[in-house]
Amino acid sequence: MLLETNGLTRRYAGLVAVDNVDLALKPGGIHALIGPNGAGKTTLFNLLTGLVMPSEGQVRFQGTDITALPAHRRTALGMARTFQNIRLFRSMSVLENVLTGAHSKLSTGLLPTVLRLKSFRAEERAAVAQARAALELVGLEAQAALPAGSLPYGDQRLLEIARALVSRPALLLLDEPAAGMNPAETVQLAALVRRIAQTGTTVLLVEHDMGFVMGLSDSITVLNFGRKIFEGTPAEVRAAPVVVEAYLGARLAARLRASHAATLEVADGPRA
Amino acid sequence: MTLPAWLDDLLWTYQTLIHSLGINGLLALAMYVVLACGQLSLGQAAFMGLGAYSGALLTMKAGLPFYLVLPASCVAPVAFALIIGVPTLRLSGVYLAIATIGLGEVLRSAYLNIDALGGALGLNGIPERAETWMIFALLALSLTALVLVGRSRFGRAMEAMREDPTAAAAMGIDVARYHLAALVTSAVLAGIAGCLAAHQSSFIGPNEYGFEPAVTILSFALLGGIGNPFAPIAGAWFLTLLPELMRDLPELRLALNGIIIVLAVLFLPHGLLGWRMRRTPEKLAGGAR
Ligand SMILES: Nc1ncnc2c1ncn2[C@@H]1O[C@H](COP(=O)(O)OP(=O)(O)OP(=O)(O)O)[C@@H](O)[C@H]1O
Ligand SMILES: [Mg+2]
Repeated sequence: MLLETNGLTRRYAGLVAVDNVDLALKPGGIHALIGPNGAGKTTLFNLLTGLVMPSEGQVRFQGTDITALPAHRRTALGMARTFQNIRLFRSMSVLENVLTGAHSKLSTGLLPTVLRLKSFRAEERAAVAQARAALELVGLEAQAALPAGSLPYGDQRLLEIARALVSRPALLLLDEPAAGMNPAETVQLAALVRRIAQTGTTVLLVEHDMGFVMGLSDSITVLNFGRKIFEGTPAEVRAAPVVVEAYLGARLAARLRASHAATLEVADGPRA
Repeated sequence: MTLPAWLDDLLWTYQTLIHSLGINGLLALAMYVVLACGQLSLGQAAFMGLGAYSGALLTMKAGLPFYLVLPASCVAPVAFALIIGVPTLRLSGVYLAIATIGLGEVLRSAYLNIDALGGALGLNGIPERAETWMIFALLALSLTALVLVGRSRFGRAMEAMREDPTAAAAMGIDVARYHLAALVTSAVLAGIAGCLAAHQSSFIGPNEYGFEPAVTILSFALLGGIGNPFAPIAGAWFLTLLPELMRDLPELRLALNGIIIVLAVLFLPHGLLGWRMRRTPEKLAGGAR
């Protein structure tokens, strides 16, 4: 198994964001994690990548227990991720962002750096070449010199992918990569994710766009209220009553809330 | 080395001011190193005091030559940087600021109350061994090193963690380790500045390294900027020179630092030299300025 979790749980005051989740991810392919808003998908990503520590449970990555490892160590082991709310280094250039993603692959020490030794120059040159290749893959090579914060929204999402890819991760985690993209961009993104998977990187993605998820994924895990409620192929997920219920339930609850709010508004409104 | 007579005169007349420019430049770099990776430490004056006192004692009591005193004067500042840094760096940023202010006050009362450190009178008669060229050579060396380090994976890591420490950690950057390394580097720079200052003024006292100097050092970087290592030096030189030009208006001089800081924060959010340093080595970026 590439990635395994065992009873993974994260509690916050008054709620269990991730509740006793067992995952087993085989190497290769594209896996999706879906669930209604607030189901715990991002929290699970944060637990896997070490940005949030679990209340209970373990995470194993490529056979090693990484439960106690901080985020930067997990990246060095071969995990990379993007963020649902884009977190680029906005004032740094596009190229510098991608180079920063390669940090764990660079090892030249302080002295060779200050003395500009050959080893330093060779390593930096190789890193720049790889960063440019990653930018080319996502189609941003022409924007290399621009400040990352100046890119349009869709391009910023692509840049996050390039920044994650440059470390050549075994596992790439994408948190809602299509959010805010128009349909044409979403189609291109699907092709990009497929290409990434073909190079041998395992992809785990969270996405609300069901067309995108169903067309792309080899397997899907469904979360609801922090719990894993279903696991299977896209066809199985589509046919599973629990999944439909979870989504319908969430939608119904939202509608009830809305109409309730409307009623309250009428009740509290100015009296005639 | 023989200098033209006019230059010699000039150096002689303004020697103290010229030395202050160099020493304050080093202090500005000490401040820059921590701010550039997103930390707020107010310990630079305290580190400076440790370098000054330990350096002065090594010269006066142990009789060591200056070329040994200078590196040795970094030991105490670095030790205290580690003592403060290791426990606080895992906590949020304000703890470091508070802990470093505390360090300054604790040390001040130590200088005041320990007889061997001269008490309220401080230490007098320190041999004047810090030469002008030494001060400026060390400043140039530090500045060059910071530019070269800034244009490498280290500089990228520093800027990344200043912008977003969480995302930086996800990129594989050991944020806590970098913070500690920056604090230690800052202690070295400030310690050297303190040692140089002690060996050019012949007198040091407990009140030179308290809260007010700490804020002055912070204002060097606030005014100059932290986008590149030249900026804080520009800020330091501005704040060192301006009061000299206003010698005849002593009342104004007192309020000047405060006024400048307020104006800088309001109108120069990126500082006097607001440009941002490229983070790739020369030439490699291929037009990516
Ligand atoms: N730091 C936190 N403190 C308290 N509660 C939190 C925290 N982070 C997440 N939560 C809660 O945990 C639950 C799961 O949140 P999470 O962001 O993981 O959901 P999600 O499935 O990613 O939702 P979305 O689809 O809207 O992105 C939510 O109820 C959220 O409010
Ligand atoms: Mg989410």
